[in-house]
Amino acid sequence: MAENQYLYAVARIRCREQRLLNASFLEQLVTAPSAEACLRMLREKGWDGGAPEDSDAMLAEEQKRTWDLIRELVKDMSILDVFLYANDYHNLKAAIKECKSQNAFAHIYLNQGTIPAEQIRQAVQENRLDSLPKGMREAAEEARKALLHTGDGQLCDIILDRAALEAVRQAGEESGNEFLKLYGELTVAAADIKIAVRAARTGKNKAFLENALMECETLNLGALTRAALDSEEAVASYLERSDYKDWAPELRKSPSAFERWCDNLLIRRIRPQLRNPFGIGPLAAYILARDSEIKSVRIILAAKRNGLPEDAIRERVRETYV
Amino acid sequence: MIILENLGVALALLGAVLAALWAGIGSSIGVGIAGEAAAGVVTEDPAQFSKVLLLQLLPGTQGIYGLLIGFVTLTQIGVMGGSADISVIKGALYLAACLPMAFVGYKSAISQGKASVASIGLVAKRPDQFGKAMIFPAMVETYAILALLISILAIFGIGGLAI
Repeated sequence: MAENQYLYAVARIRCREQRLLNASFLEQLVTAPSAEACLRMLREKGWDGGAPEDSDAMLAEEQKRTWDLIRELVKDMSILDVFLYANDYHNLKAAIKECKSQNAFAHIYLNQGTIPAEQIRQAVQENRLDSLPKGMREAAEEARKALLHTGDGQLCDIILDRAALEAVRQAGEESGNEFLKLYGELTVAAADIKIAVRAARTGKNKAFLENALMECETLNLGALTRAALDSEEAVASYLERSDYKDWAPELRKSPSAFERWCDNLLIRRIRPQLRNPFGIGPLAAYILARDSEIKSVRIILAAKRNGLPEDAIRERVRETYV
Repeated sequence: MIILENLGVALALLGAVLAALWAGIGSSIGVGIAGEAAAGVVTEDPAQFSKVLLLQLLPGTQGIYGLLIGFVTLTQIGVMGGSADISVIKGALYLAACLPMAFVGYKSAISQGKASVASIGLVAKRPDQFGKAMIFPAMVETYAILALLISILAIFGIGGLAI
């Protein structure tokens, strides 16, 4: 009867899906004359958070609305932690670096996480890492030590990014839900591939790759490491032999095309949830769909402000869920 | 010995109870899950109340069919009045006659409830497609009606047997 647990929630999400931005609306935003015109159109659509010209506040408000709705609908939010770990580890990274720099940067923290950002900030500042969850505590100790001893910000980032990926993959597996497991696996695989490509481009060594790459079921890390040590083309060739052979042509096109492909693939994989009336899947898919549309709007607004041509914007806008 | 003498009516009564019980349980589950989904839609769009209410009620019919079979059986075996003196064989036949409604009623009500949940989702997205949305759960009703038919024909048929 677990599938009947979210009937009320899924019915509400079905109604909310009607208000998601569709491809034709995003196209209207792309062809709008300016960022201000885009903001006006979004406000007419109900995106009315923040001051009239403050797009950051508007997007933050939309993200908050999504999570407020989900928190209202789901009693045990731990099953959806898989989507929030990235924010937790971002906040941890910010807290450690803020602490090292001895300056306050309150605006760099993200609000949506499994632990309040302020709690993470205080734990790091007051050296009370014991108050953090086990996995996060170990990563925080290691990252802080690395930053203090070597002053290497990138090493600190690698430790925390890897810990975040491990948390996402583990949460996906432990959820017992196929959809969340798939999300965890795809997130880790996409991150590993991006790391391999960047490492190949910047000539990183084997030790770096071993520290940065996270194990997942669908990638052979040994082969990926060897490819990354060789060249970008070797990474693309490896992908052709893996479960992700469709990703190789995008990787050869450009980094932004590859990023877009990863996001689009996720949207395509979650689309069957539009027709699923049972279980947590439609709720999880709605969270991802909202994240994706907010990302697309952010890209369009940034591109409009920087005067990018419409075709260049279109190349970067993500596919829509509805 | 008194148990053996009355075993026929006891078996028949068991059949009546099973038909009402299982069909009723199935309907309560079906109407319950459809009700949860209906409440979700009405929270977001109160204008859909009448449409989703109809879809919620569809899995409730099995409970009524179970009640009908139970009532007819009780009348036939004389529990509702008259002589309750029936043979063990006849009692067993009444029990068997009630089983289609009991089992098909239970299973079809839950399946119809799930189909109703899906159709309520359809109405939430496309209220203009209500007519089509009604048809999907209504198809499940066919099998509950077939079970009702065979149970009722069997119960009336058994009454005329000289055993």
